[in-house]
Amino acid sequence: MNPELGNFALALACCMAAGQAILPLIGANRRDARLMALAPALAVGQMIALITSFACLIHAAITNDFSVQNVAANSAVSKPLLYKITGVWGNHEGSVLLWAMILSICGGAVALFGRNLPSALQARVIAVLGGVAAGFELFCLTTSNPFARVWPAPLDGQGMNPLLQDPGLAFHPPILYTGYVGFAVPFAFAIAALIEGRVDAAWGRWVRPWAVAAWCFLTCGIAMGSWWSYYVLGWGGYWFWDPVENASLIPWLTGTALVHSAIVVEKREALKIWTVLLAIGTFSFSLSGTFLVRSGILNSVHAFANDPARGVFILGLLALVIGGSLLLFAIRAPQLTTGGLFSPVSREGLLVLNNILLCSICAVVLTGTMYPPFMSLLFGKTISVGKPFFDATTIPLAIPLMVFMGFGPMVPWKRAQMWPVLRRLWWAACVALVALVFATFRMRDILPVLATATAVWVICSSIADIAERLRLFRQPLAQSWQRARSLPRAVFGAALAHAGVGIVVLGIAGMSQAAHRIVEVHVGESEMLAGDSWTLTDVHPAEGPNYSALVATIEVRHNGRLITTLHPSKRTFASQHQTTTEVAIHTNLMADIYGVLGDKHGDDANPTYVLRLHYNPLAPWMWLGGLIMAFGGALSLSDRRVRVGAPRRAKTVDVVVAQ
Amino acid sequence: MTRKSRRLWLVVACMIGLGSAAALTLNAFSSNIVFFMAPSQVHAKPPPADRTIRLGGMVVAGSVRREKVKDSPVNLFDVTDGQAAVTVRYEGILPDLFREGQSVVAVGTVSPDGTFRASEVLAKHDETYMPKEVAEELRRSGKWDPRFGKAPDAASWNTMTASDTKKPATPTPDGN
Repeated sequence: MNPELGNFALALACCMAAGQAILPLIGANRRDARLMALAPALAVGQMIALITSFACLIHAAITNDFSVQNVAANSAVSKPLLYKITGVWGNHEGSVLLWAMILSICGGAVALFGRNLPSALQARVIAVLGGVAAGFELFCLTTSNPFARVWPAPLDGQGMNPLLQDPGLAFHPPILYTGYVGFAVPFAFAIAALIEGRVDAAWGRWVRPWAVAAWCFLTCGIAMGSWWSYYVLGWGGYWFWDPVENASLIPWLTGTALVHSAIVVEKREALKIWTVLLAIGTFSFSLSGTFLVRSGILNSVHAFANDPARGVFILGLLALVIGGSLLLFAIRAPQLTTGGLFSPVSREGLLVLNNILLCSICAVVLTGTMYPPFMSLLFGKTISVGKPFFDATTIPLAIPLMVFMGFGPMVPWKRAQMWPVLRRLWWAACVALVALVFATFRMRDILPVLATATAVWVICSSIADIAERLRLFRQPLAQSWQRARSLPRAVFGAALAHAGVGIVVLGIAGMSQAAHRIVEVHVGESEMLAGDSWTLTDVHPAEGPNYSALVATIEVRHNGRLITTLHPSKRTFASQHQTTTEVAIHTNLMADIYGVLGDKHGDDANPTYVLRLHYNPLAPWMWLGGLIMAFGGALSLSDRRVRVGAPRRAKTVDVVVAQ
Repeated sequence: MTRKSRRLWLVVACMIGLGSAAALTLNAFSSNIVFFMAPSQVHAKPPPADRTIRLGGMVVAGSVRREKVKDSPVNLFDVTDGQAAVTVRYEGILPDLFREGQSVVAVGTVSPDGTFRASEVLAKHDETYMPKEVAEELRRSGKWDPRFGKAPDAASWNTMTASDTKKPATPTPDGN
């Protein structure tokens, strides 16, 4: 009964989305207030229907309803409750439903929080969101229905891939998807603006909070995904330049460019056409990212089951959404007026530079990701590009980006002199130089050295920016405090986000100096790594809810003093005949001590164990920095200080840029 | 600053950005593309010792053995595409999904003595998953047609003739 209810709710949502796509558009064209008023109602209705549908799927998974094919294929009675819930989005059908649900929540959010928008614009935005949602709900219903029944119902399910049975999976996909889908709102704003033929500062002010919110989620999602692969896959790596990882990085890069170029639209009414194109591009990359990899076109670890019908449907849908919006852009963009003038040395100029560099990095990553599949499609050659390619191409572009990033927030709008800016930043430059010298002695290779110096530069210049605005140490502290309280939160948000980038890059540079050893030892033997002595003191079996494990105890000592005791283990899942490696990580925030238990060899009386030991300096900074970036974005979203003429409840349009 | 000079400046900046991106990409492509090779291709035309390649095929059943070099365990196993086999040396922990008789992709270089020094061994996903390249190579060498069911046990491949694959191949029960 319940799965049918879910299926019905999904079909209902699809119908409402179709109505939402068509009626408000007609209404906005005819200036018919009643038709336009349908938009928010339908969007909220669609949201409620999809949440119901998703809840039904979760209910089926919790109650072990194996007559639902999706549950039978991905769940089992013995699976812990948490993974029964998270397992709902750990497979193709469930993840498409989650995707559609988040899109409908975005539509609902525009309906609820966007009441101060002009009604025609709001109707058009919601209509575009409805059109996209209708397409994907139809895809869900016709080719990958999560509620499909199986008869006869099996007694027990096939269980979930043990690799996915991890608390990280509970949060990572929903957050990442919210990031992907969130860019649908700026996209809808861009399409609505093209239909209206008008982009102005108000448009920039409305679109920016949505872009910033999506960007925060995407940043968080990418950081969590990287952390997940670091501690679950147990390879000691954090980023593999896998097509799926690149698929999330590409919209992040264009999304970051969008967040910055929207400032220029809002403040100076320049870069309008470019910002509209970025909004379209970011969502297009999000769409292709989520669905190309899942359609099996790209060969990847994350690819779910391949099905030609799905691939054709998805390609058709992508072509319709992306091609249609680009066509509209080509027809309408020339009608948009160009805005204010500015000199190359100005805030606008640096933001343009930021956009150029971010898009260049994006182009490089896109080429590296798409070239191998194209080569194999066109020429039948099987090739791959990996870390060396991406390192050699992205880092040389990222370093100038970081250098200019330090100047950005300090440079005035419209026209600026370099000298006053340099005078305020001299100490940051000095610290960066000291870091450069220090890193030259401590690090191998030139790129990590440069990365360290630029990262220190970015962090120091964000501190300098805030200090300058507070007139810190040039005025009594009490006055600085007063200034801090009256400074818009967006300023702190921007500085935090920039500093977060620096922290991430420091973490990456630190990880490039990581040390690891693979050893084979008896119980009781010690090995040295990075100045610490690692002793395997014990290995014992243990039982879990749906697996049996072998747990090792490793004591790590520095100069005889016990630092930590690690318990890495190896789990064997009987129902899937699969083993997983559970990594043990000890962190002191400056470095991770990371131990992996490998195979057991030799006779049972005196066995040896293979251990992999890692010493990863600054590793936690990568994820910490990612969180700081997302927090900075959230902080600037919460800024409601300077808001001119916006009604009281307009929570989402009150973001104001620095200065 | 006039509109015209501003536009010129923007175009120049874009050209520099995209131009350097293109230059970096081309430069990196010339040295960093990793080609996929099957064991028979490695035998026929060994790549230079400094060239990283991806070697793919099936792990020959019963070929996995271990050595110990200065405390570090070294795994040795043979990878075959049905026509030739290459011995892979890998210092490290084999991935959880690594099995004898199943497909594997190793990233590394071919050393002068003909063995393959792997820096990375990939065995992905569930038991039915086979990397696309490996499946493609097996089909090309005529050892396996995916329409006729599961891949045969790798131990039997070097002695198998192409005509054997015409009839449905049955995997040996102990082939994992």
